[in-house]
Amino acid sequence: MSELNFLPLTGILVVILGFAFRFNPLLVVTCAGLVTGWAVDLDYLTLLETFGEKFLNSRQLASFLLLLPVIAILERYGLQQHAKSWIASIKGATTARILSVYFVVRECSAALGLINLAGQPQTVRPLLAPMALGAASNMHGDLPKPVRDMISAHAAACDNIAVFFGEDIFIAFGAVLLMDAFLRENGITGIEPLHIGLWAIPTAIAALIVHLFRLARLEAKIRTQIALHAEQNGSNTSNSVAREELA
Amino acid sequence: MSTIASSASAQPAILSIDNIYLLIGFVVLFLVVKTLQDKHHPKRLTTALFWGLFGSVFLFGDLSAAYLGENLTHRWVGSFVIAIAILAGMGKVSMGSYDVPSDEVQTASARRIGNKLFIPAVLIPIVTVVCTILLKDIQVAGLFVFDQSHVTLAALTLACTVALLVSWKFTGGSPFQALGESRRLVDSIGWAAILPQMLAMLGGVFIVANTGTAIQDLVTLFVSPDNRFMLVVIYCVGMALFTMVMGNAFAAFPVMTAGIAVPFLIQGHGASPAPLVAIGMYSGYCGTLMTPMAANFNIVPAALLDLKDKYQVIKVQIPTALSLLIINILLMYGVIFND
Repeated sequence: MSELNFLPLTGILVVILGFAFRFNPLLVVTCAGLVTGWAVDLDYLTLLETFGEKFLNSRQLASFLLLLPVIAILERYGLQQHAKSWIASIKGATTARILSVYFVVRECSAALGLINLAGQPQTVRPLLAPMALGAASNMHGDLPKPVRDMISAHAAACDNIAVFFGEDIFIAFGAVLLMDAFLRENGITGIEPLHIGLWAIPTAIAALIVHLFRLARLEAKIRTQIALHAEQNGSNTSNSVAREELA
Repeated sequence: MSTIASSASAQPAILSIDNIYLLIGFVVLFLVVKTLQDKHHPKRLTTALFWGLFGSVFLFGDLSAAYLGENLTHRWVGSFVIAIAILAGMGKVSMGSYDVPSDEVQTASARRIGNKLFIPAVLIPIVTVVCTILLKDIQVAGLFVFDQSHVTLAALTLACTVALLVSWKFTGGSPFQALGESRRLVDSIGWAAILPQMLAMLGGVFIVANTGTAIQDLVTLFVSPDNRFMLVVIYCVGMALFTMVMGNAFAAFPVMTAGIAVPFLIQGHGASPAPLVAIGMYSGYCGTLMTPMAANFNIVPAALLDLKDKYQVIKVQIPTALSLLIINILLMYGVIFND
């Protein structure tokens, strides 16, 4: 085999270091491009032309900008508020059911391109985590801190997993267009973003099944954790505290 | 497998890709004007410059290529890109000030309009899919409606227009108001809106620099190119690991796909590209769920929710992420090979 040439990999090193030191990603990526060009001895003008050509050829990645006016006008007239009150109106709530319903709604809406409809600061903190905690304390009374943390962490995880594995179904999402641009750039044609979006569906369904299965077991886990905590409290700390919690 | 696209793209169409780029350019131009009018914007001029440079690539890119030639066009676009990166890197791009109605007003109008608020949003994917599958070949006065080599994007553009008109009817807010409102969303996304395009550009530079070949050599040190299953495993696990290091599946994708998926799986074994890249990207997302580098998703919520252990969100996500990684590997191995 021929001698290995690892100089073209220097750009990757720049990306890793740049992201690790939290420089602005646009700057990191541009520097990685410049360093790669320098490492493999591309002359300055050719490199600049490569930058321009590739940027120009991947302009379809910006087509999500056409969606924003629609989302913006709907938000101005209360889309978020409506979505929130809709979720909050769901009855018969346990922690696992609330999280499961949120997961399904979030994954489906992400698949429709409504990625910014919810999120960690917009919905998980003000709405989902309090609702999940509220349902658990309705059933078990005051919750010990580790149990509260576990339920909150599950709420955050629900949002992440649902949006990640839903969004790639939506064809105007950056990831799908990035894949499309990549294939065109590598001379593989005849593939539309729609094909890529359709092939995201099996994994999206798998994510739904796997995570709903885990959520179904969450109620039992909460119960054992609370029992465990009560037991520890009974043996480790003074009896008065334990008695107070029981009362 | 590879078909030639150039002959198809020569066919004129009403919603041609060039017209779509012009439309995006006008949308961005509108945002630039709105930014300049925003008297309370802390970084009014630099933010406007950032979007102005970006928008001019859309407005003048094709025009310039036709009149000034490709080389010169690529040079000024390349210089603009570097200027955009510097502006963002120096923190000169920020949010402005926006006139947002109060929560009570929004809640009241949400109650008034009700579930109709969902309709325009749901229309976008429905119209896109229907046009792409059923109306792809329609012609008006001898012209194709949809660009034949970018059918999905052309259909999406039409879908957005339809959704905008329908939301005009339901909410009473005009399309111009919608465009103005979208500045709030564009600014909250900020420089991140351009990241995918920059990463595609970096991927292009990697191709010119033969980075893929270097990774290819690296992979052949560890696995035989004939072992299909191991190649799939290396691609999927590599996507997840590289994403964990970079904190971003978009950044890992061009490198891993050019290095492993294209040479070994697509060219080597005739793997079908659409499922390959879709499942490959999702393998990267499994990595996103397991890394503190993806701070917005994994570390920020821990702080928002006041968790004692800042890694607890990651710990909760790991079982799902690992299960899905295994499923992705098996799924990919099962569907990409046609023979």
